[in-house]
Amino acid sequence: MNKLQLPLTREQTASLKAGDSVLLTGAIYTARDAAHKRLVDMIMQGESLPISLKDTAIYYAGPCPSKPGQVMNSCGPTSAVRMDAYAPILFDKGVSCTIAKGPVSDEVRQAIVRNGAVYLCAAGGAGALISKCIKAAQTVAFDDLGTESIKRLEVEEMPLIVGIDSRGNSLFDHGSA
Amino acid sequence: MDSNGIKKIWAQEITDTVRELFLCACIAPDVQVMQAVEDASQVEKTPHAREVLRQLVQNSEIALNESIPACQDTGMAVVMLEVGQDVHIAGGYVEEAVNEGVRQAYEQGYFRKSVLDPLSRQNTKDNTPAVIHMHIVPGNQLKITALPKGFGSENMSQLKMLKPSDGEQGVADFIVETTKQAGGSPCPPVILGVGIGGTFESCAMLAKKQLLRQLGSTNPDAGLAKMEQEVLDRINAAGMGPMGMGGDTYCLGVHIAKQPTHIAALPVAVNFCCHMLRHASAVL
Repeated sequence: MNKLQLPLTREQTASLKAGDSVLLTGAIYTARDAAHKRLVDMIMQGESLPISLKDTAIYYAGPCPSKPGQVMNSCGPTSAVRMDAYAPILFDKGVSCTIAKGPVSDEVRQAIVRNGAVYLCAAGGAGALISKCIKAAQTVAFDDLGTESIKRLEVEEMPLIVGIDSRGNSLFDHGSA
Repeated sequence: MDSNGIKKIWAQEITDTVRELFLCACIAPDVQVMQAVEDASQVEKTPHAREVLRQLVQNSEIALNESIPACQDTGMAVVMLEVGQDVHIAGGYVEEAVNEGVRQAYEQGYFRKSVLDPLSRQNTKDNTPAVIHMHIVPGNQLKITALPKGFGSENMSQLKMLKPSDGEQGVADFIVETTKQAGGSPCPPVILGVGIGGTFESCAMLAKKQLLRQLGSTNPDAGLAKMEQEVLDRINAAGMGPMGMGGDTYCLGVHIAKQPTHIAALPVAVNFCCHMLRHASAVL
């Protein structure tokens, strides 16, 4: 299994092939529906963003609230397709890697290829398993969004599968994308 | 129970029961479903699909051992009440009692609060209101079923008013087509609840109820049992696999039920549930 350390360089993303299993280590940022809408609105307004997007890994996730003393409660991936309207803009602004589940639109695939990025898939529903890979967590933006806020997660050997590689090869081609 | 055979059930008992059912149900999926996932992981031919299925089994074990939700989407709270007609609910209104139970469970369990206004997107912050279905049945008991329903799968559900001329073939084709449109989004492997007949809303309700049928059980209607198997085989033969990333295991079971409909109609509803099929019941 490929071990990957964040941030990913374009050489690293180029070496990944759809279907590869990887173990990801480093800092990732959660963002789902509401945070994406806000980030893209801010980009459109020319405002400065609360996180840097350069070579950033975005994890589409909204965890359960943590229990006292717990680093992170259940925190699995949400469906990538709902971020289709926003993802190309974020890839073009420097995001090198998205982590989610399920198919994406062809526009998103093109943005991945255009930017030499990669789409990594987590097992949908595996929130408890993934929580064990999260070693530190901190809300860094949009605190008012609760579960949908942007959180910086330090992950260690998070198990993922390359869903779409930097050349646009996709595991979802046989189904509907 | 009084001399007329009427049983009094206090609203507080309903609240307490609903709370305990969700505290239990939101942690881990149905045992038969997880067994089916494990069985599939032994026979699945695609390597990364096997890897995903193994992760799901491991995930369920961690959830049970640590008492944390197997999936962070602890759902919208669907509550089904089968109310005996000789039951008197006292000390409060039943729907408020149910919502209070949901409120307490999602707070105490550290479950995600996912319920909001559909347009303003303002979160209610306590996962209420629950979706409550009440049905009057004979007897003096109250059966409560908690079904925390995740929306990765709910979002892929479809209902179509087919033409009577579409017939059984049209029904089967529609079910298969919904899975092709859903692809990897509903977190396959999935279970499909299918309702045929009735009206627009009763057809959807019938589909929802089929999710609660035990996985692997045989449909008592031989015709529907045959249709279930044929549809299941067609869906899995398409090769979409776990998470839609390729493989043999997209669907674990198709549960179909039918009810009478109008001479002009052939409604079909397909309700998706992911492998995280969670439910718990109690009888008061």
